[in-house]
Amino acid sequence: MSKRTIIPFGPQHPVLPEPIHLDLVVEDEKVIEAIPSIGFIHRGLEKLVEKKDFIDYVYVAERICGICSAIHGQTYCQAVEEVMNIAVPERALYLRTIWGELSRVHSHLLWLGLMADGFGFEALFMHCWRLRETVLDMIEETTGGRVIFGSCKVGGVRKDIDKPTLERIVAKLNGMEKEIKEVTDVFIVDRSVKHRTVGVGVLSKQDAYELGAVGPTMRASGINQDMRKLGYAAYKQLKFEPIVETAGDSYSRCVVRIKEIFQSIDLIRQAAVQLPEGPIDVKVTGTPSGEFFARTEQPRGEVIYYLKANGTRFLQRLRVRTPTFANIPALVKLLQGCELADVPILALTIDPCISCTER
Amino acid sequence: MIEEQNILSVQPEELVAKVTACKNDGFRLVQIGCAKIDETFEINYTFDKDYRFEDLKVTVPCANATLPSVSHVYWAAFLYENEIHDLFGIDVTNIALDYKGNFYRTTVTAPFATSGSEAKELKA
Amino acid sequence: MIFSMSKTVLSSLFSKPSTRLYPITQRVPFKNTRGKIEIDIAACTFCGLCSKKCPTSAITVTRADKKWEINRLQCLACDYCVLVCPKKCLTMENAYTTPAVATSKDSFKVARVPDNTADSKDS
Repeated sequence: MSKRTIIPFGPQHPVLPEPIHLDLVVEDEKVIEAIPSIGFIHRGLEKLVEKKDFIDYVYVAERICGICSAIHGQTYCQAVEEVMNIAVPERALYLRTIWGELSRVHSHLLWLGLMADGFGFEALFMHCWRLRETVLDMIEETTGGRVIFGSCKVGGVRKDIDKPTLERIVAKLNGMEKEIKEVTDVFIVDRSVKHRTVGVGVLSKQDAYELGAVGPTMRASGINQDMRKLGYAAYKQLKFEPIVETAGDSYSRCVVRIKEIFQSIDLIRQAAVQLPEGPIDVKVTGTPSGEFFARTEQPRGEVIYYLKANGTRFLQRLRVRTPTFANIPALVKLLQGCELADVPILALTIDPCISCTER
Repeated sequence: MIEEQNILSVQPEELVAKVTACKNDGFRLVQIGCAKIDETFEINYTFDKDYRFEDLKVTVPCANATLPSVSHVYWAAFLYENEIHDLFGIDVTNIALDYKGNFYRTTVTAPFATSGSEAKELKA
Repeated sequence: MIFSMSKTVLSSLFSKPSTRLYPITQRVPFKNTRGKIEIDIAACTFCGLCSKKCPTSAITVTRADKKWEINRLQCLACDYCVLVCPKKCLTMENAYTTPAVATSKDSFKVARVPDNTADSKDS
């Protein structure tokens, strides 16, 4: 029997600039077991809710994550609105959808770039991020922030998008589609890229279900579930089908995310056409009392906001289950028996966002 | 209302049996979350099947809290149970993959087990 | 396919670079960009609402000294203080704060403490 060694991976690692630590038990070049540990940057934001007014907490909730910030804020607001029975104006729901989808486009482009960087394709990485920059400009133009939107509030949205701006954004996205396709095709057809992804880290449908994987990780393994189908925000009125792949390997996870970019652009197009006129917020009075689990689909998967309130201005408990946390069991499983050289790629394919996990 | 949410209260003793029933029905484990409400811990076991939402709620008193592990039913539960152990100090017995308090690197043991008394002071 | 990237590479060879020569050409911020908070100190009544609502407690208001302070590195430009200010004396500028090597507080003070409140509107 060959000798077992433990190799630490992270919290500082070139491929993943975020602090998750994995102890890799290695035999020769094979990983036998991966033991994760987190908590290096835990901020206790769930605890902070006991000291912050529930209206003010939106600004904290948005900052749980730097990439899916729009949807974090939106989910928090949704949870509070459900508990308080607030009817949010239609226009606000559509605007939330548009911003949510813009953030999905930018998040997936970011991930594609990181993935390219992960397998050492610098030029591709730069091109993905060049495209992402255009999306970030759209976000900044409409909300004022590049990644932290600050546009959502309990009872509606804070900012409006006027018609000419929206038309310009849609036109720009239409033009970008060709460019994005050119770049993402490299992931799909390039032989050298496929060498690193096809058949690497296969997660079967049964495993994905039993390990509670969410988002693109789950859909790449053949499970047809997308929380947007619940019909929150304006998704009820928009036409789309969850993107499902069946192979369950790194390549499928990559393809799912690429297809979701085009799906998001299509959703923005639909929402822009249907966007109704009207007010963008309602006045919120009273305090929340009750509990609710808000579920939405983030770029990385399903996020859960559990909220418990007792009729005061301070919530009793807010629990955030972020998609990355749910995907860690899948990651632990994927790493068992893989090659040491594939560890960075596998860690990347679940699109880990540790700042979410360390809420 | 976005969706119907059934929240069922269960006793700690019957928890594993109920969770096994959920698994046999084909539900997916969505999350396990703990909340400290006054002197009790409320633990929510959330499941989903084709967008149908089910929740089992277990209430245990804070003093020497213990819970049976469901990680032998749903393997993924080990992560949530380790989290509950590390943050709330609840002793979850017989976890499939027990990190023994090394999953979260905290300087304070069980940081979330303290009550929200500071919040109450602010209200006053 | 091996050369799937060649078209993109060739086109970027003959097009203008996507990046900017930073200190020489500066990025023009958008009208909406959340850059930094500015205050019209003469209109401020020192009610302290902005400091209470601030998510990071970056703002300190001292009513006795008529002083309004902001810790620039702590401020996360969420724009909430601008929203809650009853006198609307806070504004969000679209230019970012200049890079800094140390934390510093920007402090604003009403230069002349008026004899009575009626005068303070003119000052």
